[in-house]
Amino acid sequence: MSDLLNDETKKVLTEPLVENNPITLQVLGICSALAVTSQMSTSLIMALALTMVTACSSAAISAIRNHIPSSIRIIVQMTIIASLVIVVDQLLKAFAYDVSKQLSVFVGLIITNCIVMGRAEAYAMKNPPLESFIDGIGNGLGYSLILIIVAFFREIFGSGKLLGMEVFHLTKDGGWYDPNGLMLLPPSAFFIIGLLIWAVREWKPKQREAVEFKIMSISHGEEGGHH
Amino acid sequence: MEAYISLFVKAVFIENLALSFFLGMCTFIAVSKKVSTAMGLGIAVMVVQAITVPANNLVYHTLLKEDALAWLGVKGVDLSFLALLACIGMIAALVQILEMILDKFFPALYQALGIFLPLITVNCAILGGSLFMIERDYNFGESVTYGIGSGLGWALAITVMAGVREKLKYSDIPAALQGLGITFITAGLMSLGFMAFSGIQL
Repeated sequence: MSDLLNDETKKVLTEPLVENNPITLQVLGICSALAVTSQMSTSLIMALALTMVTACSSAAISAIRNHIPSSIRIIVQMTIIASLVIVVDQLLKAFAYDVSKQLSVFVGLIITNCIVMGRAEAYAMKNPPLESFIDGIGNGLGYSLILIIVAFFREIFGSGKLLGMEVFHLTKDGGWYDPNGLMLLPPSAFFIIGLLIWAVREWKPKQREAVEFKIMSISHGEEGGHH
Repeated sequence: MEAYISLFVKAVFIENLALSFFLGMCTFIAVSKKVSTAMGLGIAVMVVQAITVPANNLVYHTLLKEDALAWLGVKGVDLSFLALLACIGMIAALVQILEMILDKFFPALYQALGIFLPLITVNCAILGGSLFMIERDYNFGESVTYGIGSGLGWALAITVMAGVREKLKYSDIPAALQGLGITFITAGLMSLGFMAFSGIQL
């Protein structure tokens, strides 16, 4: 256990948070990131579920990585992930039935969440189980971070609450805050993630994408005419 | 008949998989740079969706649902927790078979769609369609309608998105917003547009 927190492990754990975030940089797993974020409570459960599934599936796949023939590896990975998701789904139904109703099909969709498959394919197939487990947790946390930030803004501005508790006093109860209905609707999630990506890339210019088409400057043409 | 038309319109516009449930977003963002490619992927998704949703409906109703095994003489068995595993297995297998059939009998179509088929197995829109079908308890006829409708809706959304993105090259976007950032905001505006359909009563 002593080498659990050496530099390499720490890097694997913290890099996906900002430097190599699965959502804002690798464009993985956005499907569910947008749909479950209208409330903090559902996003927290979803984040926890995804982190668990990614970590456990990476560890399991990594443990048998040398025995999987490469031609059928996708289906093997899929079966392992699907089994873990079924466990999570049943646990949620047993202990948090209301939340599982709200999440509806999105728990099941963890199976096709690109983060889980992506980490299995890119990391777990090449590295030993413990590292893969930590890599899974790191990427799960990167995903959770974005999910929680988006949910924070959507819930606090959309219904004036956080985790169901009132933060802004609403006008309909005689307070001062008029909730912004747009925040509860699907498009707001797109805007918040878009702005979030803008902010991160403003902060870390290394993540910017190469400009495909440069806008040509036309100002010098007119100046030339005067002389 | 009216019920089916209403379900179809609802699946295409009002409950558009891409823009109101955010399904298949990863490919929606990644493959929407050119209209021709986007349309190819859209058609592939529609075909696969139209096949897998009814197929999963059959599997669910004859094997997995509570007391569904009564025709075997087994009573009181509820295998519905296996639905996730069965659906994804079914999708993976069907996509594989479709690929082989296309390769053998329609080489031209295979050339056009072939590269997209492996992508489709892990497309959330496909699995999502099947899971919504189970959650809403559609019968076989409804599942066929829903499969075609939701696939068409997704294809429509990605084609429109690619059209918008092709024109984006003429606009002056801040450096940090280039690429992914502006794509998200565009998708948000489109989603806002699609919300106009939500008032339609059928």
